[in-house]
Amino acid sequence: MITVKKLVKRFGLKTVLRGVDFDVQPGEFVALLGPNGAGKTTFLRILASLSRPSLGEVTIAGYKLPGEAAQVRARLGVVSHLPLLYGDLSAEENLRFYARMYGITNYQLRITEILEMVGLESRRRDLVRTYSRGMQQRLAIGRAVLHDPDVMLFDEPYTGLDQDASTMLDDVLKTVAAQGRTVVMTSHDLARAENLATRFDILSRGVIAASASRKQLKKTDLLTFYKQALAG
Amino acid sequence: MRKISESHPHPSPYHPRRGLPQGEGTRYLQAISAIVWKDLRAEFRSYELISSMLVFSLLVILIFNFALELDIKTRQSVTAGVLWATFAFAGTLGLNRSMAIEKDRGCLDGLLLAPVDRSAIYFGKFVSNLVFMLIVEAIVLPVYSVLYNTNLFQPGLLIVILLGSIGYTAVGTLLAAMSVQTRTRDVLLPILLFPVAFAVLLAAVKASGGFLDGSDFAEIAFPINLLIAYDIIFISVSFMVFDNIVEE
Repeated sequence: MITVKKLVKRFGLKTVLRGVDFDVQPGEFVALLGPNGAGKTTFLRILASLSRPSLGEVTIAGYKLPGEAAQVRARLGVVSHLPLLYGDLSAEENLRFYARMYGITNYQLRITEILEMVGLESRRRDLVRTYSRGMQQRLAIGRAVLHDPDVMLFDEPYTGLDQDASTMLDDVLKTVAAQGRTVVMTSHDLARAENLATRFDILSRGVIAASASRKQLKKTDLLTFYKQALAG
Repeated sequence: MRKISESHPHPSPYHPRRGLPQGEGTRYLQAISAIVWKDLRAEFRSYELISSMLVFSLLVILIFNFALELDIKTRQSVTAGVLWATFAFAGTLGLNRSMAIEKDRGCLDGLLLAPVDRSAIYFGKFVSNLVFMLIVEAIVLPVYSVLYNTNLFQPGLLIVILLGSIGYTAVGTLLAAMSVQTRTRDVLLPILLFPVAFAVLLAAVKASGGFLDGSDFAEIAFPINLLIAYDIIFISVSFMVFDNIVEE
C-alpha cells in the first residue's frame, strides 16, 4: 500500500531524511517511533503530499508522489496534533466544507454518520472553538475519514489530550484500523503505540533504524527494542 | 459513540472515486465555491476581518482629512491618491489576516490535502479576499464623499476601483500565501506586496484621477488598459505558481 525507496529530504544544507526505505502492506498499523528531531513529521508530511522529497521514490496505493498527488490525496486521511478545523464554523459546517472540497455527493447522511461515530451528534451545531481539545481531536478524525480513505496518517494525535480524551481517541483509532485501513502513526507514547500497532518502526537520525512486528516483539518489550534501536 | 463498522460499511459510496461521477471542472468549481462559502460564513459570524479593515480605513481617511487641511479644489486633486493608499493599507491587513486564519489551526494543510488542483484554493481565497475588500470599499466611499465633499459615485470610477481591487487582491493573495509560512509574516507581506503592486496602484490612481477630473476617455484609456493587463498577468502567474509556493 505504501512503498518508500531511498527517500531523502533536505531543508537547505540540513538533511532531515537520509535514505528512508519503508514498506507497508494493506491493513497494517505501523507505529513510527523516534526521538524529537528524528524526522517523523517531515516523513509523514511527504507521505501526505504536503512536502516534496528531495530524492527517492514514494508510491501510495499505486500512485507516485509528487506526480500523482491528487490521486494519492483522494485515498489519504491525515490527522495531526493541529485539528485542521475552523473555530468559527460548527462541526457540521466544518464537515460540510471538507465534504465539498473532496467532491463527496450526498454528504448530509455521511456527516450524520461521522458525528455519531465520534460522539458529537448532540454538539453538531456548536462552534468548534467552544469544543474541548479532546472533542476537537475526535472531530479531526471524523474529518479525516469523511471520504473513506484507504490510508490514514496520524502525526502525534495524542498531543495535548488528557487521560479521558486519550482513551476515547484509542477507541476511535481502533475502529478506524478495524475497518481494514492502512495506518501509519507517529507517537512518543510507547504504551499507546504498543496497544494499537501491528508493527513498530524506529526512525532515528533520518533513517529507519529498526523494524519489528508485534509477533517479533513478544520476546522483548517495546521500550527495550526502542532503546536498542536508538543505541545501535 | 457508535462503531464505524456499524454505521459505515467499508467500502462506502462516499469515497471521491466511488461517488456519483463528477467532472474535473465541476469538482474544481465546487472547491472554489466551498472555500468562498466557508470564508464568508466564518467572517459574517465573527466580523473579525471586515471590522479591522473598516476601522483602519476610516482612521486613515480621517487622518488624511485633518492632516492635509486642504481647500475643496486641492482636496479633489488628492482624492485618488488618498483613496488608493487607504485601500492598499486596509487590503494588506485583510490579506494577512485571511491567510493567518488558515495557518493558525493547520487549516492550510487541510485545504492542501483536498484532492483538487491547488489553484482552486488560490481562486477560492482570491474571491473571498476580493469580496471583503469590495465590502470595505463600499462603506468607505460614502464616508469619504461626505468628509471630502467629493462625488465618488461615478460609474467609470467604480469600474476602476473594481479593476484595481482585482489586481491588488490577485497578487496579494499569492504573496500572503507565501509570507504566512514565515515567522515574520506580519511585516513581510507589505514589504513583498507594495513593490509588486506598485504598478497596479499607480495605474489605478491615474485612472481614478482622470475620472474625478473629468478628463477625456482617451487620456484615461491607457491606465485602464494597463489595469486590465496587470489583472490578467497577476491572475495567470498566480494560477501557475501557487502550487509551488504552498508546498514545502
